[in-house]
Amino acid sequence: MSTSTNLVALQTLVRREIVRIMRIWTQTLIPPAITMTLYFVVFGKLIGGRIGTIEGGFSYIQYIVPGLVMMSIITNSYGNISSSFFGAKFSRSVEEMLVSPMPNWVILLGYVAGAVTRGLVVGVLVLLIALFFTSLHVVHPIITFLSVLLGATIFSLAGFVNAVFAKKFDDIALVPTFVLTPLTYLGGVFYSINMLGEPWQTISRINPILYMVNAFRFGVLGITDVNIWVAFVVMLAFVVALSIVALQLLQRGIGLRS
Amino acid sequence: MTSAPALVVENLRKTYGNGVEALKGINLTVQPGDFFALLGPNGAGKSTLIGILSSLVNSTDGDAKVFGISVNKHRNEAMKLIGLVPQEINFNQFEKLFDICVNEAGFYGVPRKIAAQRAEKYLKELRLWDKAQHQARMLSGGMKRRLMIARAMMNEPKLLILDEPTAGVDIEIRRSMWQFVSGINAAGTTVILTTHYLEEAEQLCRNIAIIDGGRIVENTSMRNLLATLDVETFVFDISGTLGDLPTLPGIILRRIDDHTLEADMPRAQDLNSLFAALSENHITVVSMRNKTNRLEELFVRLVENGRHDNDGSEKAA
Repeated sequence: MSTSTNLVALQTLVRREIVRIMRIWTQTLIPPAITMTLYFVVFGKLIGGRIGTIEGGFSYIQYIVPGLVMMSIITNSYGNISSSFFGAKFSRSVEEMLVSPMPNWVILLGYVAGAVTRGLVVGVLVLLIALFFTSLHVVHPIITFLSVLLGATIFSLAGFVNAVFAKKFDDIALVPTFVLTPLTYLGGVFYSINMLGEPWQTISRINPILYMVNAFRFGVLGITDVNIWVAFVVMLAFVVALSIVALQLLQRGIGLRS
Repeated sequence: MTSAPALVVENLRKTYGNGVEALKGINLTVQPGDFFALLGPNGAGKSTLIGILSSLVNSTDGDAKVFGISVNKHRNEAMKLIGLVPQEINFNQFEKLFDICVNEAGFYGVPRKIAAQRAEKYLKELRLWDKAQHQARMLSGGMKRRLMIARAMMNEPKLLILDEPTAGVDIEIRRSMWQFVSGINAAGTTVILTTHYLEEAEQLCRNIAIIDGGRIVENTSMRNLLATLDVETFVFDISGTLGDLPTLPGIILRRIDDHTLEADMPRAQDLNSLFAALSENHITVVSMRNKTNRLEELFVRLVENGRHDNDGSEKAA
């Protein structure tokens, strides 16, 4: 297909994903907003009020806002693509794409763009809710945007790989429950890893979510537990590696073609 | 490129991961503009063959060319030329009909404005336009089948593959679908049809291949195939109660009940002698009909012969 026809196919796929997100907005947009509101009330106001400042002179609620926003973005990007692509597999509507002349990279990019869009919309919603509880001033807007974009992309790609391998709906719930949630909670969302002793501080550095949360926190607050360049290298490496894996799976038709 | 056959299948083989050999070296050619029937019993390999043509199944060996373009080497180019109506419902039931069609066109690179025009055209032709803004799950079974045909037309394919498109559809809708597909074929689109309704294949198709056990057991024109049928069975409805049956050379008569008679007759033999004999025996025929579809008889015979041949060769080996 030519560039223009690929672009039409990509636009179609992205539009379809966005229509899906908006069609089931009570499942895609409202739950994360409610969950994060509870986090802000309980951890930010009620418990955080007793903690006082945590690092860099920021209140606890100001400290956890970037982490909670990133957590929302990650989980929603992942959840969007894994449920949408697996749903397409389950209903066999994925065949609409598989029998079309669309190149694999267009299919992947379309789904990732849809998932990133949901992640960003939820991120903005959560950020707006956070402003009801505290004040924030974005220190590095470009770093903030790039870290959000890369974080959402990484977990969109990971969700896609999960959906390709999944054989039943349970399979797309396993990774978020047993991998994503623990990594997120231990990824510096609620605390600075500088508060940890060894070997936990070193072990925490293996967690990729730590780099995303800290890159975003650096963008918003100007403080980080990790080197910001290392954080971006780690995130870019994940994007490249997961893109290659996802494209290989599509190329070989794993879980999709007989 | 225009003179290339619509489809050339060369030594196509497929062995699934579980060891099942679904296709054992299929060769097939379909000419442009043909209305081609691909028949076979369940598990014969039809869906595997269609899966390979539409790139949903990877072949183990061999290749298929669509208007001269290799499915293996130039998948994307080949897929542009194909429209597929699959056996199973495979659209998102929560999407609107209009969106399903427009999105399908988009996947083929058709700009949205043209896609919307085509969606209106084909949904109207398939009598679904009044449901265009409804979710697909609201449709009846027959409507869903028609929607899949409309969707397959969105890229205006040169080769339309219909895999049992009328399964479970009532006769009225089935006929309207035949009419639509015949019109598409008359306009120049090559059509490959698989169906279990053999009268459908007999009425619509000009050429036919019968596949069984992963092999083509017959590949000829419909006319030639039907000409090989040497015996036909007629059913006669009789006025009054049936008495003794006459004996006629070359004709086998059977009493079904007191008012129904069956006759197996060579095609070469005229019906006059039978009517005369029945009349002499005071049997009055009220109406008559073919017992079975002609193609159905041939189909069963070919498949059974193929299996006997296979049994023989396996024993010989």
